[in-house]
Amino acid sequence: MVDQEITKVQELIYTTKVEAVMAPDVIVVSPSMSMTQVKELMRKRRIAGAPVADGDKVLGMLGTTEVMTAMEAGKMDSVASENMVTDVKIVSKDAYLVEVINLLGREGFPRLPVEDQDGKLVGILTTGTVIKALLHQMEISYQQREAERLQRYRASHIFQDIISDDTSLVLRYIVDDKDFANAGKASSMIKKSLQRVGVLPSIVRRVAVAVYEAEMNLVIHTDVGGEIIVDIRRERVHISAVDHGPGIEDLEQVLRPGYSTAPEWIRDMGFGAGMGLSNIKRCADTMKILSTRGGGTRLDIIFLLNQDSPG
Amino acid sequence: MRIRELLEVLQGKVLVENHGLDEEIPLGGAADLMSDVLAFATEGTVLMTGLTNPQVVRTAEMAGINVIVFVRDKKPPPETIELARDSGMTLVSTAYTMYEACGRLYAAGLPGRGRIKIENGSW
Repeated sequence: MVDQEITKVQELIYTTKVEAVMAPDVIVVSPSMSMTQVKELMRKRRIAGAPVADGDKVLGMLGTTEVMTAMEAGKMDSVASENMVTDVKIVSKDAYLVEVINLLGREGFPRLPVEDQDGKLVGILTTGTVIKALLHQMEISYQQREAERLQRYRASHIFQDIISDDTSLVLRYIVDDKDFANAGKASSMIKKSLQRVGVLPSIVRRVAVAVYEAEMNLVIHTDVGGEIIVDIRRERVHISAVDHGPGIEDLEQVLRPGYSTAPEWIRDMGFGAGMGLSNIKRCADTMKILSTRGGGTRLDIIFLLNQDSPG
Repeated sequence: MRIRELLEVLQGKVLVENHGLDEEIPLGGAADLMSDVLAFATEGTVLMTGLTNPQVVRTAEMAGINVIVFVRDKKPPPETIELARDSGMTLVSTAYTMYEACGRLYAAGLPGRGRIKIENGSW
């Protein structure tokens, strides 16, 4: 992340022209202004320095240092042209930032006047204006990246592109028993897939929570693992979690919140509080559970996509 | 509250950074029970927890959480860090206890969910 941003700054320095990062409204000091007037101007306009110019021609530069020097010497009545620094570096508005950036800063000039092709003063460049402009551009490029990410091919087009009376997209995920390192991986993939298919974020979240609880149940309770099947249609998502494990002994009891058969070590991990099925039921539009002792369990949950009801 | 402010209030340390420090956090919540997290968390909630296993990251991801704070200076194992990097989760650690971390954030103006009405059950 950090590396990327540095490269982005470097790239901007190479591709950005002075014109884009300068402050365009230059406050100018006329050569005949007294240092007291200059001091007042700087205070009022909140600037730390300005070019001294006769019309469009830059004669020199004045900054806080020069004002302080004049003040110490008791020369506040003397005029700007007597106190200004005449070693001025003027840069072209068409120069690239990379050509001028080293002139600025601690070792160089505090500010650089900017002129156009005709030698007319059109702006001023300081480290401040550069940073401000770069930050602004980085923000824009970030927003562009985000926009591009969102506009990436939306898999939802499948429902328009494929011609049928009813198109359905079926995704299958294998969940291994007691594989805690990978538990939740299927849910994570399902969440991303639904986002890509263009399901509303509020619904995606409900599906993610429900399917994650279901996946954890497969991991914790089945002894053999199982399968999660996601059937996506235009108007609904139907998820089935199927296993051929030991089955549920007492369905009614299992549906009661707080009832759990999870072992201690599972509880230590923050699971097995007996809230899984209640959570699923709360998130889904419909939930159906079928189980036979020794014959496995099948959980069916349905989410309607045209509305945003529970949750 | 911004992430930057949260770090100041908790004197926290960023372990994995996947969000800008100026990003807004709308709500806070705390739990060591993952099903609780799934029940209360809404998009963008910051989660305070004492659990550090990778499932915390998974759970947070499913619940739409972006930032997890490990309390009492707990250091998550490498698997957790790695999963957070992959899944775009920001991890923070603070030396405060769960109670104090929550209290400090709440006092600093970070709200919680308020009273939650749970239907279909009594938990």
